[in-house]
Amino acid sequence: MNKTVNQKAWFLVLPVLLLVAFSAVIPLMTVVNYSVQDTFGRNEFFWAGLEWFDEMLHSERMWDALGRQLMFSAIILAIEVPLGIFVALNMPKSGFWASFCLVLMSLPLLIPWNVVGTIWQIFGRVDIGLLGYTLDKIGINYNYTQDIFDAWVTVIVMDVWHWTSLVALLAYAGLQSIPDAYYQAAKIDQASRWSVFRYIELPKMAGVLMIAILLRFMDSFMIYTEPFVVTGGGPGNATTFLSIDLVKMAIGQFDLGPAAAFSLMYFLVIMAISWVFYTVMTTMDKKDGV
Amino acid sequence: MPNRFRINGSAVVMGLYLLFLLVPIYWLVNMSLKTNQEILGSFSLWPQDVTFQNYVLILTDPSWYMGYINSLIYVVMNTAISLAVALPAAYAFSRYSFMGDKHLFFWLLTNRMAPPAVFALPFFQLYSSVGLFDTHIAVALAHCLFNVPLAVWILEGFMRGVPKEIDETAYIDGYSFPRFFIQIFTPLIASGIGVAAFFCFMFSWVELLLSRTLTAVDAKPIAATMTRTVSASGMDWGVLAAAGVLTIVPGALVIYFVRNYIAKGFALGRV
Repeated sequence: MNKTVNQKAWFLVLPVLLLVAFSAVIPLMTVVNYSVQDTFGRNEFFWAGLEWFDEMLHSERMWDALGRQLMFSAIILAIEVPLGIFVALNMPKSGFWASFCLVLMSLPLLIPWNVVGTIWQIFGRVDIGLLGYTLDKIGINYNYTQDIFDAWVTVIVMDVWHWTSLVALLAYAGLQSIPDAYYQAAKIDQASRWSVFRYIELPKMAGVLMIAILLRFMDSFMIYTEPFVVTGGGPGNATTFLSIDLVKMAIGQFDLGPAAAFSLMYFLVIMAISWVFYTVMTTMDKKDGV
Repeated sequence: MPNRFRINGSAVVMGLYLLFLLVPIYWLVNMSLKTNQEILGSFSLWPQDVTFQNYVLILTDPSWYMGYINSLIYVVMNTAISLAVALPAAYAFSRYSFMGDKHLFFWLLTNRMAPPAVFALPFFQLYSSVGLFDTHIAVALAHCLFNVPLAVWILEGFMRGVPKEIDETAYIDGYSFPRFFIQIFTPLIASGIGVAAFFCFMFSWVELLLSRTLTAVDAKPIAATMTRTVSASGMDWGVLAAAGVLTIVPGALVIYFVRNYIAKGFALGRV
């Protein structure tokens, strides 16, 4: 859509700008402030320059956490996006069953994150949880508090359980917006199921799918509560993702300087990757508009 | 016949998927109806000896049930604030181009991307210094950080789907901007507002890190009540499970009431 140039539109944006600036710019400046200073307590601060950034860039701990984080995000995107599309394709199109599925599928999305953690912590326990107990009875040695692989599987299955519905709901919305005429045309052309998906459904879903991928990427990259409740970052550091490590450093050990430097770099990484997604998305929007 | 077969295939897929979603929740409900002895002592797929003791404890103890009320208060406040500021902004982004609009839009989105862990400590200091620590409004404002950008984003998408001719016709007919916006435009994007409200409610209700950091006693959310009580009194699995089940209820209610609306809202152009 071609937009009119109107500088007065700034007035409409102003409330958002002020509100978000209050919640974002001031705290962010506090973080910047900490990141260049050192403290020995009692609110005395000393200029430390870029020392903390240097230290964090050479800290193995941060690189390890970043590596685990990237792996986690990659795995859950690779599972959730195809699975979400698949579920959306199989959802009833209308009527009672459509509402029924929508309601049940939204359920995991509205459970507080620490309760999600609690559910899976209980569910996976060998003594009182259904999953752990069953696996144990079948003879699979499963223990998410001791075994690194089991811990990863538990955290990933939990995330798939928690968030696939979001991808599915967005994909479903995209599918619903396709006019029947498209399907009728495909039928006349005797298009196969696969080509209907490839040339009609997928392009029409592309917009909402980008949103889904962007949301899932951002949220998985800052995941904190769920793995923290389930594994506490363990065994060892095996599931210590970036946010968990950051909170450990800032609030557990009270190393404000390094934690602040860490925060800023963390934020920059997320911004950089999200910018790429966003640019792709807006270019796609433009193409769509023509 | 192939048509019928395909419907059945879809039903099987959906059935399996919903089963996968519901079994862990069922297990939580199952545990909440057992006593601690039964949970730890024996293993059964359903409670042998149904007890509502865990729920009674939560619903009669103010330190428990106030957690739910606190959470609901700040979630509703947050949803109202987010929508109120996001509506005009989304209109501006969808209709006009102005200096710095693209940068501003991306800047807003970066806040949706900001990890709450980064902001936990600075938020604590900011809200303490302005005297808002441990109030509902503090949590509501803090959650605006990620909900306002999301609301702007969702609403902008819906508003772009409304033809611009409607605006122009209304202005020619002599409508002023506020009157046009409230009487004509808002009803057109009602489903968009519903979806945006749903998302704001959802993300504010499920967030724990910030709401826990910003509250101590008076506005403590239920999620925080759960973690603290558990660590203090050892593992009281039954009560923990019951509290978990009760946190699912408001969400389930919201979805239930807006279910047709959400289905319609998600359907975007087809309504």
